[in-house]
Amino acid sequence: MSNALHVHITVNGQRQAQAVLPRTHLVDFLREDLGLKGSHLGCEHGVCGACTVKLDGKVVRGCLVLAVQADGREVQTIEGLSESGEIRDLQNAFIRHNALQCGYCTPGMLMAASELLETNPHAGREEVRQWMSGNYCRCTGYQAIVDAVCEVLDARLTAADKGALA
Amino acid sequence: MNAPDHQMLMRALKDNVAEAPIPHEAPPLSGPLKDAHHIGQSIPRPNIERLTEGRGQFIDDMELPRMAHIVYWRSPVAHARIVKIEREAARSMPGVLAVLDGHDMAQVCQPWVGTLTHLAGIKSAPQYPMAMHKASWQGEPVVAVVAKTRAQAEDALQHIQVEWEDLPAALDMNTALLPQTPVIHPELGDNLCFTRSLDTGGVDEAFAQADVVAQATFDFGRHTGVTLEPRCQIADFNPASKQLTVYHSQQAPHMMQDLYSRQFQLPESSIRVICKDVGGSFGIKVHAYPDDFATVAAAVLLKRPVKFVADRLESFVSDIHAREHRIKGRIAAKKNGEILAFEIDDVTGIGPFSMFPRTSGIEGNQVVNLTGGPYKHKAYRAKLNVVFLNKTPTCQYRGVGHPIACAVTEGLVDLAAAQLGMDPLEMRRLNVIPDDAYPATGASGIKLEVLSHQACLRKIEAMMDYPALRAEQAALRAKGVYRGIGFATLIELTNPSAAFYGVGGARISSQDGASIRLDPLGGIVVMVSVGEQGQGSEAIFAQIAADAVGVAMSSVKLVTGDTDTTPYGGGTWASRGAGVGGEAVLQAGLALRNNILKVAEVILKRPGQELHIHKGGVLDAATGQELLTLTELGRIAYYRPDTLPAGFTPELMVTRHFAQKDFPFIFTNGVQASYVEVDTDTGFVKLLKHWAVEDCGRVVNPMLVDEQIRGAIVQGIGGALFEECLYDDNGQMLNGNMADYLVPMAGEMPDIEVAHIETPTRSSVLGAKGAGEAGTAGAPGAVVNAINDALRPLQAQVWSQPVTPEKILRALGRIGDAAG
Repeated sequence: MSNALHVHITVNGQRQAQAVLPRTHLVDFLREDLGLKGSHLGCEHGVCGACTVKLDGKVVRGCLVLAVQADGREVQTIEGLSESGEIRDLQNAFIRHNALQCGYCTPGMLMAASELLETNPHAGREEVRQWMSGNYCRCTGYQAIVDAVCEVLDARLTAADKGALA
Repeated sequence: MNAPDHQMLMRALKDNVAEAPIPHEAPPLSGPLKDAHHIGQSIPRPNIERLTEGRGQFIDDMELPRMAHIVYWRSPVAHARIVKIEREAARSMPGVLAVLDGHDMAQVCQPWVGTLTHLAGIKSAPQYPMAMHKASWQGEPVVAVVAKTRAQAEDALQHIQVEWEDLPAALDMNTALLPQTPVIHPELGDNLCFTRSLDTGGVDEAFAQADVVAQATFDFGRHTGVTLEPRCQIADFNPASKQLTVYHSQQAPHMMQDLYSRQFQLPESSIRVICKDVGGSFGIKVHAYPDDFATVAAAVLLKRPVKFVADRLESFVSDIHAREHRIKGRIAAKKNGEILAFEIDDVTGIGPFSMFPRTSGIEGNQVVNLTGGPYKHKAYRAKLNVVFLNKTPTCQYRGVGHPIACAVTEGLVDLAAAQLGMDPLEMRRLNVIPDDAYPATGASGIKLEVLSHQACLRKIEAMMDYPALRAEQAALRAKGVYRGIGFATLIELTNPSAAFYGVGGARISSQDGASIRLDPLGGIVVMVSVGEQGQGSEAIFAQIAADAVGVAMSSVKLVTGDTDTTPYGGGTWASRGAGVGGEAVLQAGLALRNNILKVAEVILKRPGQELHIHKGGVLDAATGQELLTLTELGRIAYYRPDTLPAGFTPELMVTRHFAQKDFPFIFTNGVQASYVEVDTDTGFVKLLKHWAVEDCGRVVNPMLVDEQIRGAIVQGIGGALFEECLYDDNGQMLNGNMADYLVPMAGEMPDIEVAHIETPTRSSVLGAKGAGEAGTAGAPGAVVNAINDALRPLQAQVWSQPVTPEKILRALGRIGDAAG
């Protein structure tokens, strides 16, 4: 790996020091170098959203970001969000609503939805549909995904209201 | 084992409904199933938590020792003679293990011909894993590079030099049979793959007597499946044991085992096909692709595991396409609305080869069988030509002919209704085969066991509040807002018998099997030959098995997708998972229940008829008191057989198979409605709402059926409004990427309301029919009819799918031909 560059990337809270080729996409680095197979490849040209991960807390397409661009930054993948429990409510809602069939788009969907939950807690159904329309799902027809996200938005708002009252 | 009393039980369960008309609601389960509390419930799928945590196992997630990666150099042109392949430069690139051409692959893999004997006269040419002397479509694999990593293989691919000579191509299905069009396979004589004519007689008379005749030409764009996980496999050949293991993202593992056995001339027993998580399939992954065989050939030649994962760009030109049809259709009706006849003339363009092993003739054949299917008319004439083109091969994709037949039928019904000034829902009510007329035979000769069109029409009318919607539409029209309501009644063939493929010589099993084992701790393991691609097959099998045996669903483990460990069967196709696979599970479960009771009899020293199994325990049938847990029964049966009577052996694993033999297919029916708004300035269509009433017999899991229907409807909407594989005049696909090939996304899709009528089939105990494809079958017809309903006051109509804004504006005269 004569052209390899040394990078330090914090992935799911763990600091990774690795040599990567400059052309390596972030998602390939995650999948092949770190063995984190939860982020999927659907199109490798930035359209389908299956490889969506968080870079410094914001969702990015793992196939449109190079691993070297993540040097010194923090990456979160579905494995990290699952381990921390921070989207357990969202995952449970996906299961309850059958908002996944084959499950290939699901990690990317959850990533995108989790950012919506953080950034727009008052989003209405139409906003949820628009927000989620960067992620392709061939199985569900989207309604169950929208239902699941809306339910979690409501539940978190209700919980926040209760917290404020307490 | 216990065959006699099991057979009696099955007969009793089937016969207790005698010969009375089949009711339009599923009767309560009875006998040993009287306590069933899983079947019929919306239980979330038990095995999907891992998929929400990134812990699935898709093919590309797997790595094997010494695994190499294969990539393909695909023909960049539609038709070319291969003059020379220069591979040395690629061969010397880092990590490259081999550069292989079609002749290398042909040393270990036999060619095939994609024909079936029941499609009389169908022809195709021998096809090889990779092009031999000429390439016949843009995307056909020509050279393979195998390297230690995917990146190395792709780097080397750039250094393949292929010299070719362009050949004239056949690219337009409407001219493919004309003498000036080049014949793709000169040895076949012409470009006609398959032709069929059907004439009931009386068609000319019906049209002569008709008060109205409506006609239109219906165009359907070629589209493709776009599974989010591309096609992929890992072939692992062990030369020492002569074992070939293929990990495959596939719907029919046993079919692939048989094909690998025959094409590579290996014994069936030395081949194992394993399907783990499959990232979407929809029929795309039920075919045997040239690169499937080429990847296996590379593994055989290199004696090591070889992984192939299609990238998205090669998916667009190598996954099967479907649905490119032009149909001239007409309908004859009387003043009172009675439909007298349908007539269609269908031409469909396939690829340069008929696909293996299901053929590319089935889709057109289905259009002929299904057109006019919901209705009572007796006169029907159809003509079908299936022609070879130098485009990506086509084959069965979700719905297979149904979306086409339905859109044509329902479009013609709407045109006739409009001419008569009759409400389109009324026109349908008048003409559907009535619910009390079954069994019936459709005009095309299809046998219909029992359908519920009238009940479905009643239900959808109430669900959508049809009169209110019409009033809203009229009020808005007065304000210059053009909304439309479109209906599509449909029939769907499910639970196929061997009539679909087996009788035509295809080694595609129409039967499926299930084995169920009681484990010592009282749990059960269910091994089924129908697998999981996301529909929820494993969930419904667990529900059925839990009720059939009498255990909690949490005590059920499912094993599918492995030719070494499951019974033999057909897998996933033609909406047969619940109806055929589910019945096998039910029968195996009831048989195991019986065997468990025999063990309980000897342990408890009480006759079996006094005992009942429920929630993992053996109960006193009269009092409901638990006498013995299955954990205790398992302990005795497995660890203390010495305590059982001499000569008695517990048989706590049973296998049952099921094939639907009563009808060629068990047809289902349904009706869909679409409500749209057309912007007459931009041609944009907004989907406001969609309704579906579906009759798939007994519903095992309402939530999963609803979600199958919603997903399928959206797939159908994709074809109706967005999706088309566009080609230029040289046979180059113009939009083979996800930015340019439009698929439905969340933002444009409507909410979809789903309701059910449950008319169980009598061909099985469970009574379930298929549900996976009806959504796709009906959605395009409903949406296109809604658009035309919106456009009708403007004297415009569009019958060409996808209905793009441009086509709408053209129909409205807003843009002329010059603008296009």
